Amino acid sequence: MEQKKCFHCGLSTKDSEVIFDDKSFCCNGCKTVYEIFSKNDLTCYYDMQQAPGSTPKEIEGKYNFLENDKIIEKLLEFNDGKTQIVTLYIPHIHCSSCIWVLENLNKIHPAISASIVNFGKKNVRVTYNSELLSIKDLVLLLNSIGYEPFISLDDYSTRKNHIDRSLIYKLGFAGFAFGNVMFLSFPEYFEVNEYWLEQYKPVFRWLMFTYSIPVVFYSAQEYFISAYKGLRSKMLNIDVPIALGIIVLFLRSTAEIIFDLGAGFFDSLTGLVFFLLLGRFFQQKTYSFLSFERDYKSYFPIGITKILSDGREESIQVYDIEKGDRLLIRNEELIPVDSILIKGNAHIDYSFVTGESKPVSKSSGDKLFAGGKQLDGTIEVDVLKSVEQSYLTQLWSNDVFKTDKAESFTTITNSISKYFTVVILIIATLATTYWLFEDSSKALNVFTAVLIIACPCALALSAPFTFGNILRIFGTKKFYLKNANIIEQLAKINTVIFDKTGTITANKNTTVNYEGIELSVDEELILKSTLRGSNHPLSRALYDLLNKNDIISLDNYNEFLGEGIEGTYKDTQIKIGSAPFVGYTSEINALNTAVHVSTNNTYKGKFTFYNAYRKGLSKLFNKLKKQYDLVILSGDNEGEKENLTKLLPPKTKLLFNQKPEDKLEYIKYHQSEGANVLMIGDGLNDAGALAQSNVGIAISENVNVFSPACDAILDASKFSQLYDFVNISKTSLKIIKWSFVLSFIYNIIGLWFAISGQLSPVFAAILMPLSSISVVVFTTLSTNMISRKLK
Amino acid sequence: MSVIYFMLAASAIVAVVFFVAFIVAVKSGLYDDSYTPSVRMLFEDELVKEKSDKSILTKKD
Repeated sequence: MEQKKCFHCGLSTKDSEVIFDDKSFCCNGCKTVYEIFSKNDLTCYYDMQQAPGSTPKEIEGKYNFLENDKIIEKLLEFNDGKTQIVTLYIPHIHCSSCIWVLENLNKIHPAISASIVNFGKKNVRVTYNSELLSIKDLVLLLNSIGYEPFISLDDYSTRKNHIDRSLIYKLGFAGFAFGNVMFLSFPEYFEVNEYWLEQYKPVFRWLMFTYSIPVVFYSAQEYFISAYKGLRSKMLNIDVPIALGIIVLFLRSTAEIIFDLGAGFFDSLTGLVFFLLLGRFFQQKTYSFLSFERDYKSYFPIGITKILSDGREESIQVYDIEKGDRLLIRNEELIPVDSILIKGNAHIDYSFVTGESKPVSKSSGDKLFAGGKQLDGTIEVDVLKSVEQSYLTQLWSNDVFKTDKAESFTTITNSISKYFTVVILIIATLATTYWLFEDSSKALNVFTAVLIIACPCALALSAPFTFGNILRIFGTKKFYLKNANIIEQLAKINTVIFDKTGTITANKNTTVNYEGIELSVDEELILKSTLRGSNHPLSRALYDLLNKNDIISLDNYNEFLGEGIEGTYKDTQIKIGSAPFVGYTSEINALNTAVHVSTNNTYKGKFTFYNAYRKGLSKLFNKLKKQYDLVILSGDNEGEKENLTKLLPPKTKLLFNQKPEDKLEYIKYHQSEGANVLMIGDGLNDAGALAQSNVGIAISENVNVFSPACDAILDASKFSQLYDFVNISKTSLKIIKWSFVLSFIYNIIGLWFAISGQLSPVFAAILMPLSSISVVVFTTLSTNMISRKLK
Repeated sequence: MSVIYFMLAASAIVAVVFFVAFIVAVKSGLYDDSYTPSVRMLFEDELVKEKSDKSILTKKD
């Protein structure tokens, strides 16, 4: 059945279509926004993105606090009585249309003279004439076009934190110094014996020295600090050789110009620092891009059920949750935001937040914190805070987006850097001792030369650039990884385990047949209400098919994992689940996926599900089987065995009737036998198994049941590309290894010159940047190339 | 050839001037948002139309 979509916001218009100007809208709010835009010639808004809008909210009286002068003071950035400037945070900013319309606000109200959007921070800075427009009117205006700002007074008092721009300053200075030093060292490169050159050499040299001092002591600070920290904890991280190199370069160059031995290596020094900082800058941009992408592009493709004021249920994206919304949280669902319990029995499992697995009971009026998992039935909650995606991200992986991001990427790099430093020192010592005997004047020269030329910057750059790029590319193809370590892990797996229901079967395409005694209206009511409380894919499929009106509150609700659910209302008790659970013992060979129903212990009938497998399943398995052991662990009965055996390659192990603990044990056992397991599940009753496996991927079809135990989320539409994702991870490790080889080649060439005492400043100045740039170019180009086959 | 002193000094001054301009630019937030300008650049300039009627909101008053 074709659902018409609202032209403005994209939600379906099924019940309440409004037609205007030959376009359909889901409500009058959307239509009004469209009207505003078209009357002010702003219909360009719709050209850039499909359905970019959002329905304006009803906010009577909500912004009356903005009439208070004291509050206005706090919020404004600038106020001279006539012109005011304010920066407002607008969560709905998510696309280019948003930028466009918000920067064209002056067309809607002429009192607005300028408005600038900062997309990454989702805020807009508006300059307006305060005699014609008050801040409250501005906020109301923004709301009327669907861009309601989020104003929190707490934010504003602590808001004066300065953005950390130190990296840009350091980088800028290093670049400035690098350019100037290069110019100043030009005359010396050509070794022309002109009189005037000899005369002015000291001037040039001392100038280079002057430029280099701030570079060493200011721009290169963090390397020294990091190396010192590493050495203190007895670790040879990648910054140790870098810091060593910089110190030696500086000291040797200074000594050379004081004693007139040569020109010194100031050009290489400034160049080295500049490229390192450039790499770090790029890294920072990639990470902030990643975290920002994760933030706004509904990174977690999870939806949550919102209860509208007329009692209807609506599935909305998590980032659309707003304060005051009423949400429906089912059994096993995560509470995405801080909220107050309104209805229902809450048993919250806060293990993801606090580590305590003992569930906590809450009663109506209690505050529930984001991140808890509801057990035992459905609850309704009122939202206190809108969701902070970053909080959920923290829940999922606390270390990834902190400032010291280099740490998480260093598995390969760290292992190599340990050897690197030691090997270089050995080479340096050996070469020096050799020269001490041959020609001792060259000894110190050689020692310092080796330390200088052994450039670890290429090493330091390979892994971050490769992994960073891969993470970003995967993210755009809807495969979201927790961090870069997962890529390494993915490359090492040898066994792939799939869950059945919800993973290789697609919930949306299931057909259901009912056989048995017809249920009375009351019984059907209880059936629906009980189903509503469960998040099992079968319950949800069944619930979707039934008419959703008239939900009643059950007196009692219980879910028995792996068996069924039970609900009681007044004096009727209904049991839904497996045959033995509902007390049906006659039929032994029930081999299809069936959900049996009994009321008051009288068997009524069963709903039979005909599984629809995901598209591309056979192909995927055939590709995978060549390199991996494949296993299917299903909590279901053997009904699908024949179908699966036909679909899947012969050596695939099929195990049925697996309870969650069984799956966990199975994985543990195989890991002890040496298997590296990749588990793919829907996150529901696989949480333990996903956490136990080396890599756990949760398939998401827009359901709020991901568990933070998983390492990656794969959008259901990209399921058939799993093989390509794993392959690319493997290849990326190869790319890193090749880039190490590339940097080793540079090092060997450089070392050759260093050991033979022929290292000249020119040579060093060319070699070092060249190696860094080529490594970066190589890794970026190759990762882009191997990712081409992803659709 | 002692003009080289003068030239070096002049070049140093010019360099410093640009460097100061860089610092000022960073301080005023030029590099804080490096993404939005890339999107903004792609918007089309619209033809200025002679519109005499005011916006819908002032009409509502």
